[in-house]
Amino acid sequence: MRNASAIASLRAQIARIEGQSRHEGGVLPFGLPVLDAKLPGGGLALGALHEVAGGGPGTVDGAAAALFSAGIAARTEGPVFWICTQPDLFAPSLAQAGLPPDRVIYVEAGDDKTVLACTEEALRHGSLGAVVAEVASLNMTSSRRLQLAVEGKRTIGIALRRWRRQADAADFGQPTSAVTRWRVSTLPSAPLPVPGVGRHRWLVELVRVRAGESADFELEACDEQGRLALPAELADRPAAAGGWGRSVAG
Amino acid sequence: MAGRIRKRRVVTACCSAALEAGLRPGMALAKAQVLVPGLVVDEAAPQADQEGLHRLALWILQRFSPLVAADPPDGIVIDTTGADHLHGGEETMLESLVGRLAMSGVEARAAVADSWGAAHAFARYLASPIFVADPGRGLSLLSPLPLEALRLPAAMAGDLRTLGFRTAGDLHRQPRAPLALRFGPQLARRIDQALGEASEPFDPVRPADQVEARRAFAEPIAAAETIARYIGKLVADLCFALEERGLGARRLDLLVHRVDSRLQAVRVGMALPTRDVRRLTRLLCDKIGTIDPGFGIEAMVLVAAIAEPLEMKQAVSSLVEVARPDVSGLVDTLANRIGGRAVYRIAAVASDVPERSVQRIPAMAPDTGTGWPDHWPRPARLLARPELIETVALLPDHPPASFTWRGVRRRVRRADGPERVFGEWWRRDAELEAVRDYFRVEDDAGERYWVYRAGNGEDPATGSHRWFLHGIFG
Repeated sequence: MRNASAIASLRAQIARIEGQSRHEGGVLPFGLPVLDAKLPGGGLALGALHEVAGGGPGTVDGAAAALFSAGIAARTEGPVFWICTQPDLFAPSLAQAGLPPDRVIYVEAGDDKTVLACTEEALRHGSLGAVVAEVASLNMTSSRRLQLAVEGKRTIGIALRRWRRQADAADFGQPTSAVTRWRVSTLPSAPLPVPGVGRHRWLVELVRVRAGESADFELEACDEQGRLALPAELADRPAAAGGWGRSVAG
Repeated sequence: MAGRIRKRRVVTACCSAALEAGLRPGMALAKAQVLVPGLVVDEAAPQADQEGLHRLALWILQRFSPLVAADPPDGIVIDTTGADHLHGGEETMLESLVGRLAMSGVEARAAVADSWGAAHAFARYLASPIFVADPGRGLSLLSPLPLEALRLPAAMAGDLRTLGFRTAGDLHRQPRAPLALRFGPQLARRIDQALGEASEPFDPVRPADQVEARRAFAEPIAAAETIARYIGKLVADLCFALEERGLGARRLDLLVHRVDSRLQAVRVGMALPTRDVRRLTRLLCDKIGTIDPGFGIEAMVLVAAIAEPLEMKQAVSSLVEVARPDVSGLVDTLANRIGGRAVYRIAAVASDVPERSVQRIPAMAPDTGTGWPDHWPRPARLLARPELIETVALLPDHPPASFTWRGVRRRVRRADGPERVFGEWWRRDAELEAVRDYFRVEDDAGERYWVYRAGNGEDPATGSHRWFLHGIFG
């Protein structure tokens, strides 16, 4: 008992040293117990910076990562700012991930430096639901600035890492002060009994989380409310091997 | 147009049809009437022209740049320093300026150059209808132009031509002293002004009923902190004046008069009319870095270039109603930093052609409430231009079995489609029969792409039957 209370007081002390306690700001649960159990507080911390990147070719196009971020942003409250350098995001797909066009304000900046400056400004505002910044380079200093700007607010900051070349993605290993770090890659879609493409699936890797352990999940992509889902065969029984070929090919 | 120069009746201006018929400004009216029987002659009204030019200058002042002046008889001079990036660069700005004027029936030519003199010359002799001179190339571009390009009086240009000078470059290469002795100081000054070596201040137009606040300083100021302090005082004065009239500012111009009689301008725009002292001060102070105080600033004028009625609004007081967060301040800050066009929302357009189904609208526009039909998944990234891919596919309506995009060959494991999109014949004749068949394809690794075939697979009139990749799914 003494040990437990000592640990609790130590935790409180650390929280004081860190300044704002993250858990005080509340969390945004994914609604998936498997996923939420791995996150401290049971969800994605509000008032914090999170990092999302694509895997494989997704490091360049960032398509799955963008929808993953859109799903998170869709479940927040308030306007969403999407700050990018390349305007190739297709708004109807965001609407299908739960972000109606009236909620999103796009900011098209010329370079990474401007993206970061605009993001910091947006995070500081405080009444936004989420701010998504598509950047290639994010170092300790710049991510710390973003983290400090968003602390104490209820906004979720998402740095959507997107590189010009796949080789540049090695940069993702560098430390930043983001609270969580995710990698989202595409997986073959849910098998259907008929020819066609089923619900999209992702491999969602929680690469790093402060005060938590990394993990990876095989999930179904966002629905029109921005919610992820567990694949049916995983939810109900152990993972079935293979069997996703065009078996009933026409 | 016909006017009177001393006792002669001459043509002062003529339309393009008249130019083709061989008429030229400066020709005797009698001669013109002989050349073109049934010529429609209007009396020239220089006074009305002047007023029209002034009105046009005011129109440009509200839309393009805070420093605009009429340059009679036929020009308008605009100081675009710091204004071009807000319109997407110099070229885009000129295009939109000339385009808007063309829509209202004014055929205009425009040029950007380092100095007023050079821009004056390029607009009249090089622009078709726009011309952007690279910085520092003024001399080489000016040299081949005729003498009139230097804004010399007609008589002086005639005399110079008698002496054997043909182009502006001829003059520049001559020693100055003999020319100055013969023609007076104006000649050398015009050359220097065209090359940007002599300053040429101009008096910007100002609308009569403009709300403004002004401060002159006993001692010139230069430090950023001092400028910021006075900006704060000016904004407070201006907001007081705006409140008296029930107005809110949509655009503010800060005109900075330097001791060397140069004029600088800072412009900030707001998405919604406002008279919030703190916010306006903040927006203007963000721009202090763009002010070059030189030897000091002797006066600052803050002008509400566009002001709109701002009514008092009742705040939400009910317990259940939740006020929508106000992001107009943030939008203003970002728009003034990176340009108003770079901050936008996207609205749905009723079109099945993917690239036409989205439209940019201002960030603070009222909610549209519309969306896209969602029975077909749409890709997260849409390529700006569909990219040609090489495919192996069965006609007429099978998805490709494999395709090569950007040098990588991918086998298609699963596919969905086709989703047929017809050309919009009411837009262009070429689209009368055009068809695109869209497929969602998934390769071995689980990457999903949006590809289409131009054409319906049977009739060559419907398209080239080549395959394109248009988007990437997440």
